Amino acid sequence: MSSFKPHDNRAWLGVLPVVLIVGFSAVIPLMTVLNYSVQDILDFNSRFFVGFQWYRETLHDPRFLSAFVRQITFSLTVLLIEIPLGIAVAKGIPKTGRLTPLILILLALPLLIPWNVVATIWQIFARPDIGLLGVGINALGISYNYTSEPLHAWLTLVAMDVWHWTSLVALLSFAGLTAIQLPFYQAAELDGANKWQVFRLVELPRLRGVLIIAILLRLMDSFMIYTEPFVLTGGGPGDTTTFLSQYLATMAVGQFDLGPAAAFSVIYFLFILLFCWLFYTSVALDDDS
Amino acid sequence: MTRSFSRWVLVSYGIYLLLPLYWLLSMAVRTNAEIVGDFSVLPQSPTLANFAEIFSSPVWYQAFGNSLTYVAINTLISLAVAIPAAYTFSRYRFLGDKQLFFWLLTNRMAPPAVFLLPFFQLYSAIGLFDTPLAVALAHCLFTVPLSVWILEGFFSAVPTELDEMAKIDGHGFLYFFFRVFLPINRGAIGVTLFFCFMFSWVELLLARTLSGASSKPIVVVMTRTISASGMDWGVLAAAGVLTVIPGILVVWFVRKDLVKGFALGRVS
Repeated sequence: MSSFKPHDNRAWLGVLPVVLIVGFSAVIPLMTVLNYSVQDILDFNSRFFVGFQWYRETLHDPRFLSAFVRQITFSLTVLLIEIPLGIAVAKGIPKTGRLTPLILILLALPLLIPWNVVATIWQIFARPDIGLLGVGINALGISYNYTSEPLHAWLTLVAMDVWHWTSLVALLSFAGLTAIQLPFYQAAELDGANKWQVFRLVELPRLRGVLIIAILLRLMDSFMIYTEPFVLTGGGPGDTTTFLSQYLATMAVGQFDLGPAAAFSVIYFLFILLFCWLFYTSVALDDDS
Repeated sequence: MTRSFSRWVLVSYGIYLLLPLYWLLSMAVRTNAEIVGDFSVLPQSPTLANFAEIFSSPVWYQAFGNSLTYVAINTLISLAVAIPAAYTFSRYRFLGDKQLFFWLLTNRMAPPAVFLLPFFQLYSAIGLFDTPLAVALAHCLFTVPLSVWILEGFFSAVPTELDEMAKIDGHGFLYFFFRVFLPINRGAIGVTLFFCFMFSWVELLLARTLSGASSKPIVVVMTRTISASGMDWGVLAAAGVLTVIPGILVVWFVRKDLVKGFALGRVS
């Protein structure tokens, strides 16, 4: 945002529609969740105030804690793969030429497939009886079955997430790379920089903006992942691939434990906010120094 | 990171990207007997029977219609409210502007699972449950903040001198906005359209919760089919192929804007 913008409170009129429409879908449900989270709801006519009991119980629930650890492990793993891979893919795309739009469209494809279809595609692809991947790996002499082996299920989920989302990082990085002007490269060449130094000192600093967007989006979305594991593994085998969203959905819709589910929701939301805020402020602090 | 290395990464990633898609397509043109029978990489006797089954069943094409309806409504609402807001954020400072911007983004961070039940109650209470409008409004929760975020970046990159020149030329604000400002930001609107479509079309959890029997979206019908008729892999794959097509059409229509928009956006 530029610094010489005029101060005018009538500008609120311009943002009012957004405030109304988002407020309608955000504030009322959030209030409902907060309201439920401090009550014991037997049915809609008999409910008691229980204070912070559900919060305490959730934070001491071993199933919540293990789902939380699984969630963090998963999110960090996919971020560590997708960000570098996305940058590398973006560097491989020719900046101009007839192939460029074709490559970009191809990259955008996985992003436009409904999430449960993504999981269906991987189900068909990875099944050890009918899938190309499943049959292929078993033909190499490695026993692979994601429906019964927890580790295989987990690795299949990571492979699917990488397939699904690396494109987003690649597209954003490509946009960042094409915005770098030629003189920067010429100056680096004059200084005798090698390819790695050009990447490290010229390109990477200018990718900062897009990478912040990419990391934030991937952090939020991988932390909310629901549909893909739900369809592909159903959270199993056992609960080895049950992440936070699925645990919550079972609790709220499956078992109708409204109070505990609401407390869970609030804690869950606060954690995502905290992560994003920590990341954002550390980046902002870095900016100042 | 040398050029040849990154080319190699791009090509291998491209293969990785295409293999599951190839498998989906190849499953869609096989009969179930062939799928569960002997394994073969190429379809032995390609058939369109799976697609024919989908097109002959109203459940399937109505579901397609339902999904496209709420995606279209959602995209229209998102653009209609996000464009003025993004322009305002990019041109003025006002009381609480930074806080408002951050509040909008926090909605993008709210896990849909958190809102399932309250949404269900809210939309039932106002009589919108089981209509495309309910899903469209619920999806606004994340498409509107994202649209404002993307558009604000693009709009801020347009110099304010442009606004002033239009004023000097004697044009009213509305003329400037619709005839000058929006046309030069076509790329930005294309990119935003792409993201709105993307996040609304692909979402399952809210769409499933807010639609009953009469507005069932395609993503829901797909999950039902798996459980209803055992494992009808062929039809499932064919339906998967069909759900990819609207995405391809959208990218195709905005392809020029997408390339330009991504490249010109205030991304660095």
